[in-house]
Amino acid sequence: MGKYNMHVLVCGGTGCHASESETLLQNLKTEVLEHGLENEVQVIVTGCFGFCEKGPIVKIMPDNTFYTEVTPDDARVIVEEHLIKGRKVNRLLYTHPETKETVADSKHMDFYKKQLRIALRNCGFIDPENIEEYIARDGYEALARSLNELTPEQVIEIIKKSGLRGRGGGGFPTGLKWEITRKSVSDIKYVVCNADEGDPGAFMDRSILEGDPHSVIEAMAICGYCIGSSIGLVYIRAEYPLAIERLKTAIAQARDYGLLGEDIFGSGFNFDIELRYGAGAFVCGEETALIHSMEGLRGEPTVKPPFPSVSGYFGQPTNVNNVETLANVPPIINQGPEWFSTIGNEKSKGTKVFALAGKINNVGLIEVPMGTTLREVIYEIGEGIKDGKKFKAVQTGGPSGGCLTEKHLDTPIDYENLIASGSMMGSGGMIVMDEDDCMVSVAKFYLEFTVEESCGKCTPCRVGNKRLHEILDKITQGNGTREDLDRLRNLSHVIKDTALCGLGQTSPNPVLSTLDNFWDEFVEHVVDKKCRSGQCKALLQYVIVPENCVGCTACARNCPVNAISGERKEIHLIDQSICIKCGVCMEKCKFNAVLVK
Amino acid sequence: MSHVKSLADLRKLKEDLQGKMSLREKSNHPESMVQVKVAMATCGIASGAKQVMEFFINEFDKRNIQAVVTQTGCMGYCYAEPTIEVTVPGQEPIVFGYVDTKKADEIIEKYIKNGELVEGIIPVKYQSIEINKENK
Amino acid sequence: METIKLKIDGKDVTTTKGTTILKAAKEFGIQIPTLCYLHLEDLNIENKPAGCRVCVVEVEGRRNLAPACATECTDGMVINTHNIRVLNARKTVLELILSDHPTDCLVCAKNGICELQTMAQEMGIRELHYQGEQSHYREDTSPAIIRDVDKCIMCRRCEMMCNEVQTVGALSAVNRGFMSVVAPAFEMNLDHSVCTYCGQCVAVCPTGALTEVDHTNNVIRALADPTKTVIVQTAPAVRAALGEEFGLPAGTLVTGKLTAALRRLGFNYVFDTDFAADLTIMEEGTELLNRLNRHLKGEKVALPILTSCCPAWVNFFEHQFPDMRDIPSTARSPQQMFGAIAKTYFADKIQVKRENLVVVSVMPCLAKKYECQREEFATDGNPDVDFSISTRELAHLIKQSNIDFMSLPDEDFDNPLGESTGAGVIFGTTGGVIEAAVRTAYEVQTGKKLENVDFKELRGMEYIREATIDFDGLPIRIGIAHGLGNARELLQDIKDGKSHFHAIEIMACPGGCIGGGGQPLHHGDSSIIKARQKAIYEEDRNKAIRKSHENPYIIELYEKFLGKPMSDKAHHLLHTHYFDKSKEITVE
Repeated sequence: MGKYNMHVLVCGGTGCHASESETLLQNLKTEVLEHGLENEVQVIVTGCFGFCEKGPIVKIMPDNTFYTEVTPDDARVIVEEHLIKGRKVNRLLYTHPETKETVADSKHMDFYKKQLRIALRNCGFIDPENIEEYIARDGYEALARSLNELTPEQVIEIIKKSGLRGRGGGGFPTGLKWEITRKSVSDIKYVVCNADEGDPGAFMDRSILEGDPHSVIEAMAICGYCIGSSIGLVYIRAEYPLAIERLKTAIAQARDYGLLGEDIFGSGFNFDIELRYGAGAFVCGEETALIHSMEGLRGEPTVKPPFPSVSGYFGQPTNVNNVETLANVPPIINQGPEWFSTIGNEKSKGTKVFALAGKINNVGLIEVPMGTTLREVIYEIGEGIKDGKKFKAVQTGGPSGGCLTEKHLDTPIDYENLIASGSMMGSGGMIVMDEDDCMVSVAKFYLEFTVEESCGKCTPCRVGNKRLHEILDKITQGNGTREDLDRLRNLSHVIKDTALCGLGQTSPNPVLSTLDNFWDEFVEHVVDKKCRSGQCKALLQYVIVPENCVGCTACARNCPVNAISGERKEIHLIDQSICIKCGVCMEKCKFNAVLVK
Repeated sequence: MSHVKSLADLRKLKEDLQGKMSLREKSNHPESMVQVKVAMATCGIASGAKQVMEFFINEFDKRNIQAVVTQTGCMGYCYAEPTIEVTVPGQEPIVFGYVDTKKADEIIEKYIKNGELVEGIIPVKYQSIEINKENK
Repeated sequence: METIKLKIDGKDVTTTKGTTILKAAKEFGIQIPTLCYLHLEDLNIENKPAGCRVCVVEVEGRRNLAPACATECTDGMVINTHNIRVLNARKTVLELILSDHPTDCLVCAKNGICELQTMAQEMGIRELHYQGEQSHYREDTSPAIIRDVDKCIMCRRCEMMCNEVQTVGALSAVNRGFMSVVAPAFEMNLDHSVCTYCGQCVAVCPTGALTEVDHTNNVIRALADPTKTVIVQTAPAVRAALGEEFGLPAGTLVTGKLTAALRRLGFNYVFDTDFAADLTIMEEGTELLNRLNRHLKGEKVALPILTSCCPAWVNFFEHQFPDMRDIPSTARSPQQMFGAIAKTYFADKIQVKRENLVVVSVMPCLAKKYECQREEFATDGNPDVDFSISTRELAHLIKQSNIDFMSLPDEDFDNPLGESTGAGVIFGTTGGVIEAAVRTAYEVQTGKKLENVDFKELRGMEYIREATIDFDGLPIRIGIAHGLGNARELLQDIKDGKSHFHAIEIMACPGGCIGGGGQPLHHGDSSIIKARQKAIYEEDRNKAIRKSHENPYIIELYEKFLGKPMSDKAHHLLHTHYFDKSKEITVE
């Protein structure tokens, strides 16, 4: 090994930076130098440790000591005590809030349970194109045990007891779904994996398929065993070429190993998987639309019941599960339902993967136990808002979720709570907005998506969403009225009440939640004709600052629509009813007398 | 390879494989291999993970370093792609973000050869479920 | 069947499990409005995509409103069909539909018979609270059908008819969201698609999105031209339905008034397509016996023989089964036989030059518009039948011409092309053509007189029927199908060598011509079609002569002009050949 035998890692995240980690770093470096340790100890800045509330954080390697709330003055004691004498500085160690014991090793800190990887357990760990690495990590053990040691009923019971619910957004109990499909009598049944991840910004399913395809294959085979099916179909968007490639490789490998095909594990159970490609319609994530699309029909939802569990693909009982749901199945069987049900909260068990996006520092994929608060996700795991801006809202549940605000930050994330707050779990998109975002524009943006993705089958979604979008557009153009706000609300409620499928029923969520949580901003747009974040260009006002105006007439001479009046050497005035907001006056003014607000 | 025909077969295979993997991962022998995993999901590839992976393979060869470079899925640090995990024998695995070929060169020269850490470390902030737990 | 109890609008309701809310409510006198829903009960045709959302009702305990058409009742359900939540939702949904619909109702072909218009009126819509962009598509005109897609409300009835009932597959939803619309694949024109012009899409369209090409002005112009002699033929099914346009109950026969009205419109001669139907029997029946007897002698001939009087059916097999086009009879349809005889035999008789004789047909059918435009049915560019108008168009023509239909006397057809038998009349219903053929073929084949001409075993509304008729010891196996999807089944059997029939009758429209695409709109009430069928058989019963070969004018026509059935002259004038149209589908 190289020359250093110790490393001091100083957190360089935004949170720690704010609490003087920069000075701490300098102090540590000075101390190391002063004590002549520069050839043995390396002091280095790292990315965020994610424990910002206890920052600044210092980690000593190789012994993995984790110091919290380290001040610049602590540099000396760390160097002298820990680095030289090899004694840990107890007062800087993390104290467990309940047991009051100090914890030296970060791996045993509760904090690191904030992110618990079950579905993503192998992502970023194994080579997805090598089945052996999967097998080395308990792969296919759950399938082998199910086939050899358990009856289908017992496996279903395990899944039911675990409390696993659908991760695609609906939250339907997975075990119950399997049981219903099992009870549907038919010679042919199908296991369908819904990999038509359509939420903009959500990509956990893609990541699982790309990083751990065998977990999905194994779970589908287990499901097939439980419901009495020998055919699995993965409905995957054609826009996921890498996931398709990895999945194909994985399926081929599983066949080679006899883990797919006939008489798996000598149990007499046959199962194989085929791929079906989706053309990227958002609505095809809805299970009935997905099935129609697989049948070669137009991707449109139909009324449920009948549920696919009873009558699905070509009229046969079909069990549709989302990728993330399936990825949870093997660990549940391996580690038992009791283990799984201790994670999460009362009604929502296990973990959920979220795709963090928007104005947040750590954009990325995270997996947290159900019941984690939005605050923990945004501020601790996501490391807060970019550029130190103020948090404004977080949109969960994809395009048809709702925008939650400051007051919801301490709400535990689970299916029921999110719905109660006016949003939903969806597939796990989480888009953070800051003070620069205009909430009317945000609502408009989401509606644009649902208008684009509506299949057109039912009136409320086909025409209603279009009208919602038009009203929102009108408001952002500065032409909205108070009546428009009433119209928005009524129409949103009617669409929720009457649309055929989940897409339509939830598409007004961004409108309703922004109306509820940002009413003042809507009123400002329609009454004061103002957009506080300055995003609605049509609502900008160019005004003359009387103190600065010298009456040079440059603005008036250059205004293309003669909106500016005023005599030479007198203060000028812009007629807002004529102004087209071209900005020429501001450009031409040499005295900073034109202001945009 | 042969078909895995029973649970016993599977467990035997698993043991063999774990042996192989731990040899790769946990050996304290200084001559033993360095392991580099490159996150090669769509997000990583889009930000240049493929070039980084090729760079590692070629450079290890040129610089005569005993190392194994493998691909893996998404580590979740989308803001810092491409990301890699480097395991130097006897050391904790370390994840580096924003790895381009220049950074890769630095990682080889400083960290792998000299044990000197370079900037861009992403502390692992999550727990994974325990694998290979004794099954009930 | 399991009986369940529920409450609808406070009323205790008992129904069987599996019944929809819509149906259960209807049984108890609660009419929930519907738009996309269509149920032709006797024909087993149902369209319930639950797409329009007009029929939504509140089910207590349910998060959102339920579409009554597609939601099954469950025990203990409590349903409100018109509380304020439901009414607001229903009106808003209707307003949304109207907000994307042209408001040119006064000049729309469906003015007064549009289901959307009626609903807006019944729901008291006075203002549209949600206005905005309207979707626009180009209009598509074909030889028979006009698609004015701006008026499409995505009820999908036409799509269901075209795909599920007819299995033609010309129409389906294309595009997404606000731009979604029902159209031929790749949004090509209808005349470049597999469309058969059966007109069933038009028959079920609730709005003006699908209408017939209106030829009434061509007729008015011809009638006004002093150099032209204009004659008219009227199909059997017209007399059983036209009365509906004047407020008469379905199934009222208006043959006499129809004749009188046509005469008052100024037609020089008022003739009957039934005459040509008798002629068809002479040719088709002879062809049947011909093939049958050769078959009995052990020759290899194409059997079963298929009827060929339905032009949509002809289009169907030309597109879908072109390799089997030697199986249908070569006999032209009655409309075209009439035209051919009118412009030769009759023109000579009244000494009018072909180009000065205009033949108009009144048909229950839209495919007839296309048929008379087919090149093979013209001589030197002059078509045998100049214009074909539908029953609906005739009603408009009568109304425009200030004729008080109801006070017209009953009048008779002119001779010689106006005399017909009961056999010609029943051409208007499913089973009728083959029954007419049997009446003649039996006597010709056996040489015996048929005592009972009513072949009840060939009648009915079941989609595929079969019967064996005893030709004095020779069992003749007959198949019948109406609706092109059912025709496809029989055709596929023939293709697969599984068919055991000697003769098959096919009509494209459910019910036969009485349910044709040019008939007064049934708005989803299949009892109307049944009533028309009853009327057709009533007309047959009242006829003095009920066998085609006994029609004296037919006998005279053969004696003086054609010679005998299947003669060279008959072949030239009364028979045709078919084309392979499978490659005629073009994508622009």
